[in-house]
Amino acid sequence: MNRVAVTGLGLVCALGNTVSESWKRLIEGECRILPMRDPGSPAYKFRNGAEAWDFKPLDHFTEKDLVMLERFALLAVVAAREAVTQSGIRFEGELRDRSAIITGSSVGGQFTEEEGYIRLYRENISRVSPLTIPRTMANAGASRISLEFGIHGPAYTIATACSSSNHALGQAFWMVRNGQVTAAIAGGSEAVFAEGLLRAWEAMRVVAPDVCRPFSADRKGLSLGEGAGMLLLENWEHAKARGAPIVGEVIGFGMSSDAHHITQPCVEGPAKAMLWAIRDACIGPDQVDYINAHGTGTQANDVTETQAIRSVLGKRADSVLVSSTKSMHGHTLGAAGAVEAVACLLALKHGLVPPTVNFTVRDPACDLNIVANAAQHAQMQVALSNTFAFGGLNATVVLKRAET
Amino acid sequence: MPEHVETDELAEKVLRVIAHTQRIPPESVSLDSTFEALKIDSLDGINIVFELEKEFNIEIPDDGVQNLRSVRDTVEGVRKLVEAKNLAVPPGAA
Repeated sequence: MNRVAVTGLGLVCALGNTVSESWKRLIEGECRILPMRDPGSPAYKFRNGAEAWDFKPLDHFTEKDLVMLERFALLAVVAAREAVTQSGIRFEGELRDRSAIITGSSVGGQFTEEEGYIRLYRENISRVSPLTIPRTMANAGASRISLEFGIHGPAYTIATACSSSNHALGQAFWMVRNGQVTAAIAGGSEAVFAEGLLRAWEAMRVVAPDVCRPFSADRKGLSLGEGAGMLLLENWEHAKARGAPIVGEVIGFGMSSDAHHITQPCVEGPAKAMLWAIRDACIGPDQVDYINAHGTGTQANDVTETQAIRSVLGKRADSVLVSSTKSMHGHTLGAAGAVEAVACLLALKHGLVPPTVNFTVRDPACDLNIVANAAQHAQMQVALSNTFAFGGLNATVVLKRAET
Repeated sequence: MPEHVETDELAEKVLRVIAHTQRIPPESVSLDSTFEALKIDSLDGINIVFELEKEFNIEIPDDGVQNLRSVRDTVEGVRKLVEAKNLAVPPGAA
């Protein structure tokens, strides 16, 4: 089996348009869940969101590109470009066939779909844009990435709600580890601020009226965010041979399904995902230093996640550092795993844990070592990144600090 | 082809729709431009057809779409459909 290096990172989210901009805000503990640009009419029950505030498509694409690609795909492509640039990899010769692109998105291009529905059902016009399918399809980002870099290997998109991009990362990790491909661009993207989708989230009554406060006793729900995260995964020897910058390592992946309830979380499913991931990494629970929790800020998730962590890590759960960066960049849904994997790798690299902000009151039911409100220095080797999706689909990635 | 046909209002409108849909400067589109020269591929073509249908309130049949290769083909195709529509529904008809 091959070791799997991470040689490039890309990030676009409410915290910034690049990894470095976002990292600065992550360690400063800056909450970018702010009043939404469109408050809705009538107003949504929640007024804040974590939009990719500084993202200006025309800084990255031509007007013609914008005709063909919608927001979630644009975000994916920009993050992929950053990861590829950092890695310095060149997709030439056989590497074109031996590289994969695996992305996650829970819903794909909602804006275009909704425009079509407005024509059909509000305006009674039976013809919709012929670009509806290529703009809407969940693989639009993956396909554009393959076109831009001339990658001919496996390329596909996984839609497992909030676990989409952890499933994508895990799949890509296993493919590189098993030697099916030499390199992979893996991650995910989501653009949630489309009216119909926001109304659907509103109807579920899980969105906090103000901001999400993961693990805090006064938490009232999640905050929606948009963005993209991409990782360049590469066969370790290949990366070393070309002198690539090694940002970190992926060492394990585990997944499970609850088979319990379509939306209500349980302890066993998430625990199994973490357990299989730790076993896949061939480490013990005592070696886990940091967990970037799923930590949505809903009453149910944070309690069950706490219990799941306790059941898997045992005594280690008293000391393992835990934070939910969703408190700053929001819940980016299909992009969450990738965005948070980037945060984990940077935390390991810099020895600095980004905090759970908006944290006000300890909850006895969430009795973990929560890094609250301010970043914390810590020497760490291994981090877990959790995602637990509606539908009861759980995925955990194990990341390791780059050897120096 | 007589000069007045080259520069009539309908042709100008078609040229504008093509330029806008392709996000290219209007002056880069002329009656003599081919789709190949304008880098209009099959997907662009159906998008242009969609916009033309909206602009002229016509329905362009699928088999007509596949034969479009140039701006002139497009203008003449649209002209025929607009004329047919006008014949079918005389001005002032209920």
